[in-house]
Amino acid sequence: MAVTSMIGARIQRREDPKLITGHGNFIDDVNLVNMAHMSVVRSPHAHARIRSIDTSAALAAKGVVAVLIAADFKAVIGGPLPVTNSFVPDKKQVPEQFPIAATEAAYAGEPVAVVIAEDRYLADDAAQLVVVDYEPLPAVMDLEKAMEPGSPLVKSDRPDNIGWDAAFPAGDIDAAFAEADVVLKQRIGQQRLFPTAMETRGCVADYIPYDNRCTLWTSTQVPHFIRLFVGGALGVPESQFRVVSHDVGGGFGAKLRPYPEEYLATAASKITERPVKWIEDRTESLQATTQGRGQIFDVEVAAKRDGTLLGLKFTQLLDIGAYHGVFSAFQVVACLLGGGCYDFKAIHARSIGVFTNRMSTDPYRGAGRPEATHLIERIVDIVAREIGMDPAEVRRKNFITTFPHTNNFGLVYDSGEYERSMDRAMANIDYPALRKRQEELRAKGRYTGIGFSTYVEICGVGPSSATAPAAGIALVESSMVRVHPSGSVTVSVGTHAHGQGHETTFAQIVADTLGVPYDSVEIRHGDTGDTPFGYGTYGSRSLAVGGMAIMASCHKVVDKAKKLAAHAFEASEEDIVVDQGRYFVRGNPGEAKVLAELAFASYGAGLPEGMEHGLEAVSYFDPPNFVWPFGCHICAVEVDPETGAVSIDRYVAVDDCGNVINPMVVDGQLHGGIAQGISQALFEEVQYDDETGQMLTGTMLDYLIPTMAEMPHFELDRTVTPSPTNELGVKGVGEAGTIASSIAVINAITDALAPFGIKHVEMPARPDRLWSMIKEARA
Amino acid sequence: MITAAFEYARPGSVDEAQSLLTKYGDDAKVIAGGQSLIPLMRLRLSQPTALVDIQGIHGLKEVRRDNGSVEIGALVRHVDIQRNATLREALPILVEMANDVGDNQVRNLGTIGGVIAHGDAAGDYNALALMLDAEIVTNKRRHKASDFFRDIFTTALEHDEVVTAVRFPVSTGRFAYTKFRRRLYDWAIAGVAVQETGSSWRVGYVNLARTPRRGASVERALAGGASAADAAAESGSDIDPTGDVRATAEYKRHLAQVLTARTLEKATMAA
Amino acid sequence: MTQSVSLTINGRPREDHVEPRLLLVHYLREVAGLTGTHIACDTSQCGACTVLIDGEAVKSCSVFTVQAAGKDVTTIEGLAQEGTLHPVQQAFWNEHGLQCGFCTPGFIMAAAYLLKQNPSPTDAEIERGLEGNLCRCTGYENIKKAVRSASQAMNGGTAETSANLVGSAAAPVEG
Ligand SMILES: Cc1cc2nc3c(=O)[nH]c(=O)nc-3n(C[C@H](O)[C@H](O)[C@H](O)COP(=O)(O)OP(=O)(O)OC[C@H]3O[C@@H](n4cnc5c(N)ncnc54)[C@H](O)[C@@H]3O)c2cc1C
Ligand code: FES
Ligand code: FES
Repeated sequence: MAVTSMIGARIQRREDPKLITGHGNFIDDVNLVNMAHMSVVRSPHAHARIRSIDTSAALAAKGVVAVLIAADFKAVIGGPLPVTNSFVPDKKQVPEQFPIAATEAAYAGEPVAVVIAEDRYLADDAAQLVVVDYEPLPAVMDLEKAMEPGSPLVKSDRPDNIGWDAAFPAGDIDAAFAEADVVLKQRIGQQRLFPTAMETRGCVADYIPYDNRCTLWTSTQVPHFIRLFVGGALGVPESQFRVVSHDVGGGFGAKLRPYPEEYLATAASKITERPVKWIEDRTESLQATTQGRGQIFDVEVAAKRDGTLLGLKFTQLLDIGAYHGVFSAFQVVACLLGGGCYDFKAIHARSIGVFTNRMSTDPYRGAGRPEATHLIERIVDIVAREIGMDPAEVRRKNFITTFPHTNNFGLVYDSGEYERSMDRAMANIDYPALRKRQEELRAKGRYTGIGFSTYVEICGVGPSSATAPAAGIALVESSMVRVHPSGSVTVSVGTHAHGQGHETTFAQIVADTLGVPYDSVEIRHGDTGDTPFGYGTYGSRSLAVGGMAIMASCHKVVDKAKKLAAHAFEASEEDIVVDQGRYFVRGNPGEAKVLAELAFASYGAGLPEGMEHGLEAVSYFDPPNFVWPFGCHICAVEVDPETGAVSIDRYVAVDDCGNVINPMVVDGQLHGGIAQGISQALFEEVQYDDETGQMLTGTMLDYLIPTMAEMPHFELDRTVTPSPTNELGVKGVGEAGTIASSIAVINAITDALAPFGIKHVEMPARPDRLWSMIKEARA
Repeated sequence: MITAAFEYARPGSVDEAQSLLTKYGDDAKVIAGGQSLIPLMRLRLSQPTALVDIQGIHGLKEVRRDNGSVEIGALVRHVDIQRNATLREALPILVEMANDVGDNQVRNLGTIGGVIAHGDAAGDYNALALMLDAEIVTNKRRHKASDFFRDIFTTALEHDEVVTAVRFPVSTGRFAYTKFRRRLYDWAIAGVAVQETGSSWRVGYVNLARTPRRGASVERALAGGASAADAAAESGSDIDPTGDVRATAEYKRHLAQVLTARTLEKATMAA
Repeated sequence: MTQSVSLTINGRPREDHVEPRLLLVHYLREVAGLTGTHIACDTSQCGACTVLIDGEAVKSCSVFTVQAAGKDVTTIEGLAQEGTLHPVQQAFWNEHGLQCGFCTPGFIMAAAYLLKQNPSPTDAEIERGLEGNLCRCTGYENIKKAVRSASQAMNGGTAETSANLVGSAAAPVEG
């Protein structure tokens, strides 16, 4: 592509002025006349039979409009919550989940009743007065026990607690293991995490009685998806159901599905004939918003003493929660990426999805790829330790070096230069000096460690050729580009940002591609009323898929503009040259028309014969392949052996996300992503009581989101290896930081504790746990 | 969640506060900075039927030094402690603790009287009050700190009793405070305070039992000439921690010992 | 059971009848219509609701409106003066100190307070000054940068580059 002025520029975000002055429009800022408020009564038990619900006291309370239970909703809501195939089309069971429990609650936090009242204070008051008679049932919490025959059931109408059991065999695994000098085993955990967008969920439903029309404002990453399912269940056709999502205060995967409360609020609006607002409070959010990870990997690796990796076998036990998340099997992608950026002869993976009496898991930033990176990068270090080789050298020896590369499972890595990014990261952190210092400090009884993470990830979901057979849907993206008569441009897209800065970066792309001033381009998203259908923003897909849909429309507009120019200059279309937004006849650049002039002409009289009026285009983009960002992160830590406290001394990252539209935005995505991975490595952990299933980390006091003081300075650098699969040459960057970082930290800690003979450390590396490991090792 | 409803009154004097507390009955509570109370009310873990806001009462915001004591009014906020010149001289360890209580926003509202009356074992000042034999002054009597902290969130205060001040002995000897936590603004997982008074050392423990604890055994060992490390080994008999979502009880015991040694070393090195 | 309260918000006096339990943050958002102040927790943990009362930063989710009677409250909407952004606002914009923007009003208020108390904070002082505010998007890197750059701008200096920043530690905090 031509060198241009906007693409690649560090432009301040146009989203920001309203946000820094308090004029954002988040879900709790939406208020309608005559609006009532919903408060949700939730099961305090992880598993209980609901014997009866007495709503009379709540109904009599001040300001109460209605108290509704499952039976009331059954008449209005026509179906269960959706479950997609994701990576496991053949699930063993897909139990139906109605948005509200009728006779049996299967996780603490499951809705059992709602109160609609004049304001949120009164709704919360009355919610306290709903009396539910529960018969507590045994809570199934342990994944392995849940799989045993005869285990108590997560819900009494199910045959067992297994959601799926899927095998992913690739290559002759026995042959690979037969060649091995060393075979090593390790169990590697992935604790449950709260995605913890700072804005909790919420919605405002406005159903117009007698008209069967509805508008639902909601805090979501996927407005079109919500419209499809909530509208479908409520019997409102898409043409009459509008979903609006203005500013969204973070998503991280937790806002990419229709949730029970969106159905309940919409139904309640229909029943009460009032607009109904529901805002989740944080305590609720920690119970009722989907969680991430929740997996255990049992891994076995075969390698040669010279460092050659041969074969990998692993089983993923995935804690589904009480019901499938909408994308519960998405994290199974970890099985297909378990080989990381290395050449394995054979890989056999198996994923078992297990139900427990917890909130559902669903994608959380990275979704399956952090797990894959964590597992393979841990394993490579374990091999390195066993054979006494530098971890960097084991990596170097096994890197995939030619592209496109078809991995064991048939996925095609588009482009990469893994060694280059590792070398660069090693140079940036001065690896030899760091190793030398480590030795010196060890002699003084200080424990420092260096951890590598060389990762490759799959994003830009996704080509229909891959998604359709698995998921049954084509995860394409859409755009509509409309040039107005005076030349300003409205671009409507099906993706929907929640912090990624699309209004800025997409406008940069359009400005360059159409050759129009950046300020004349307006990006619209988040409102199904004025955007074409799209699957939304997640999986680092918005630029690589959505951006390309925009390019496609821009090209169509340029093509038509050329025709208009040819007509104006009475030249043939082939003779029209387009240069940075100027259209002229070859050889005569002095006499040119800009797009605004051609747009004006397109709405006027005297068009070429057969040409329709207007200058606009709609496009859907189906990517030919996924895109494959990669990079190398290196972390240096020190562990205090007396307290188990970990401090991060350095954090160096070299990432490659292909061409960069706005480096400032890209770096910001990396900062936030890395921080979340570090946070998983050191701080975050959803804890439930193993017996009762009660949530133990139910407030932000107990669930540790780090503050500024706990985060290191991120030393970023990048290489640029354009993706050959799209015209922009872009990959994705929204999740890369998180995918890479947790294991860099954990490998560094494990390295620091090597003198104690400690070979593996689980997340989060809490001081008390590290201390007890050191104590045991010393004993 | 939204707090339950309550009545609200803002008395102009301590006497008036007392009679309001009597009038509203057992479920009424004093509110000072609200930084402990309001979060509890928002979780409906506390549902007072009336709040008596003592911020309108004059004379509770002073810091006075006299005859070897320093008296700190109940409404003196953490931020006031941080900035107070008298305290910096007469009780510098309290200033150091105040720097580490919560965050700026909390320090701008939370009061020393609130910490004391709340009686939280994790309240940093409570361990200091205990180890320095402070007096808790109320509208009814003066409590010795050693009789004041009874059990978890339970103090000797009666229902209509209002803390008006806390009296500490002026303590200008060497000192140190170590607060171990995973995030900068968190409460202590474990805290150890040491203060030299005359020729002996006082030791206090934050969040290592149901109540604040004094390190009496450690103090005795130090008085007997033990090294910091040896004295620290006695900490186990001064504390009684329980495990929670942050750390196991065993670890907290170990931490108490490590931090006691380190804090004593820090204090003696800071001389 | 309502009570009358008078207070000043962003320089404008107001009087309203409120229930004693009405949190200041709900009063600001729902009675005064100033929705720039956000709520992200129930336990005083996140700082999204930070406003200034008589010039001091507080978490407005942990103050009842009746407690603020007679006080002078400044919210994010009152920070820019006559169409000119406050230097902290400008710096957050320049340095990409926000992504989703939900935590941002709270951070800006807390940072404005910090810089009033301490016009030239060190990195450690910035960390301490903003310890009561959580952000999930930025990893804090650019927030720290923004506060440094605002400090320089307010002191009439030129912004330092990000190249000579020192790393900080993820250590549990002692001392
Ligand atoms: C995020 C956060 C972090 C915190 N971290 C710490 C920390 O690390 N260490 C620490 O010590 N504290 C911490 N706190 C609590 C803070 O110090 C509070 O200020 C303090 O605990 C209570 O003071 P207050 O004035 O806010 O009391 P309130 O919340 O108003 O009252 C607390 C209790 O004391 C009673 N009370 C208050 N004043 C009086 C009085 N004069 N007479 C009788 N009864 C009274 C009330 O009835 C209530 O029961 C933290 C708070 C938050 C929100
Ligand atoms: S809303 Fe979280 S501190 Fe106020
Ligand atoms: S910018 Fe999203 S939480 Fe801070």
